[in-house]
Amino acid sequence: MRNLPDLRITDSTLRDGSHAKRHQFTIGEVTAIVEALDDAGVPVIEVTHGDGLGGSSFTYGLSRTPEQELITAAVKAARNAKIAFLMLPGVGVFDDIREAAGNGATVCRIATHCTEADIAVQHFGIARDLGLETVGFLMMAHSIAPAELAKQARIMADAGCQCVYVVDSAGALVLDQVGDRVAALVAELGDDAQVGFHGHENLGLGVANSILAYRAGARQIDGSTRRFGAGAGNTPVEAFVGVCDKLGIRTGVDFFKIVDAAEDVVRPAMPDECRLDRMALIMGYAGVYSSFLMHAWTLAERYGVSGAEILVRAGERRLVGGQEDQLITIARELASRSPGAV
Amino acid sequence: MTLTAAIVGSGNIGTDLMYKLLRSPVIDPRWMAGIDRESPGLRRAADNGLATGAGGVDWLLAQDPLPDLVFEATSAAVHRTNAPRYAAAGIRAIDLTPAAIGPGVVPEVNLGEHRDAPNLNLITCGGQATIPMVHAVSRVTPVSYAEIVATVASRSAGPGTRANIDEFTRATSRGLEVIGGAARGKAIIVLNPASPPLIMRDTIFCAVTAGADPAIITKSVVDRVAEISAYVPGYRLLDEPQFDPVGDRMRVAIFVEIEGSGDYMPRYAGNLDIMTAAATRVGEELARS
Repeated sequence: MRNLPDLRITDSTLRDGSHAKRHQFTIGEVTAIVEALDDAGVPVIEVTHGDGLGGSSFTYGLSRTPEQELITAAVKAARNAKIAFLMLPGVGVFDDIREAAGNGATVCRIATHCTEADIAVQHFGIARDLGLETVGFLMMAHSIAPAELAKQARIMADAGCQCVYVVDSAGALVLDQVGDRVAALVAELGDDAQVGFHGHENLGLGVANSILAYRAGARQIDGSTRRFGAGAGNTPVEAFVGVCDKLGIRTGVDFFKIVDAAEDVVRPAMPDECRLDRMALIMGYAGVYSSFLMHAWTLAERYGVSGAEILVRAGERRLVGGQEDQLITIARELASRSPGAV
Repeated sequence: MTLTAAIVGSGNIGTDLMYKLLRSPVIDPRWMAGIDRESPGLRRAADNGLATGAGGVDWLLAQDPLPDLVFEATSAAVHRTNAPRYAAAGIRAIDLTPAAIGPGVVPEVNLGEHRDAPNLNLITCGGQATIPMVHAVSRVTPVSYAEIVATVASRSAGPGTRANIDEFTRATSRGLEVIGGAARGKAIIVLNPASPPLIMRDTIFCAVTAGADPAIITKSVVDRVAEISAYVPGYRLLDEPQFDPVGDRMRVAIFVEIEGSGDYMPRYAGNLDIMTAAATRVGEELARS
């Protein structure tokens, strides 16, 4: 009898990692990483611009290689793994979903801010009509209470979403706060849809939070190999697999192979390690969208201001994912208040 | 001359529009058609002396005389049904829905080209807020690409907008190209649920050649803001335009905020205010031409 996994891992190295790489992935890197992850037994691999389909822009950063070409390359390289893509209604459009499906991706992940699930209703319908598996992302899930989050999950499930994720975009959720949210979604959705968890490392809790998510009933867990993702990175897949092995939770991923993939294939594609440094910690502590990190660095340099202060203000203003443009305004305000500013 | 006008749709947009039309020296709003007798919009219209009916467009088209102008503040689907009937009755339509049956117009940019069209469409709120800025740049230097981010308060995005977010991005993108003058356009919309609600903000990026003159672009933008703020008083530049090299091009960044006039909707809903203000402006231009 086959040992079916207890949960399904989605590796987001080639999507969330796109933020940390400023959207500069090449076809060669995508091919090598997909081959290595697939060989390790990773069942789902997400490939897209960090901000999803259509994300290549002045606001979020221009892609070096068109993402549809990266998706095509990933589909070609994968033997067993499914290729997933992310899309944010308001950034990407229906035609982007159709093109990704035409290029062979089979899992459509649709993300909204956690209070705005109803803007994705049409998109879930289209994805299902195309025969795609659907996943919903409720981003910045730390910012509302479990019961409210569950109501938004219901909107997604009713629209055709097959698994709703609690997405800790800011890496701000701590232990039981993850479990409580996952449990609320499981109670609301029952057999109508699965529940997933997407973690960030901004407070160093990606693996622990993911285990608590599993214990509360989540059956899909995201991570990035070598943490390669926005902010301090995502839940490291290789560590998560090792911890699951120790706890007797079956992931279907080979620990030694994913460890090798992290060291030998993913690390060489990374511009730097994803660090738990001042900026990342501030994001986790203040509840700031992880993808703002690189933009804050760039603006800090451009305007001679503190990147950490940009992030603190972004938190105070309750900016949500997608509002990267407002970071420029914040940097300009800080610059105009600094001595010697021009 | 003064044109008589009817408002079809008694929701937030129709009601806010009524207050603006009541102040207009050249538009005489006489009718409001709705479908719910109990709607607050119809009651307010009656209180302000308009003839009101809950029989929708059938009621309106049975009036004698008929209006010169009709402002459609329903939905795209309803306007698609109503538009041929207005045309058959010889009534000009100013369409605030995304139906886009007639040409898209932005006052101060391209209204002059479409003065005789029987049906005029106002594109989207994001389009009204950003297309004039792209045009302000493209009128002084070629724009190879324009990108806008419209951020609106969640509470000001109604069910129609929410159910049709793709329509918003596509219609706005097209407007950046066709009316704004960019070779390629991209629109992004973000909803923010913060409390208290944030005032609508738009960021406009234009790609121009590295040698373009920042002073000339800035002047064109500042002049255009002054023109828009003549009919949308809460439209303001948040900062001076920023110029940054990106690859072999230069990126112009323009930041605006639109505070509503608070006629019927709260002041943060600049996205709704700019639509009703633009509709009023279009009606007034038609009356004056």
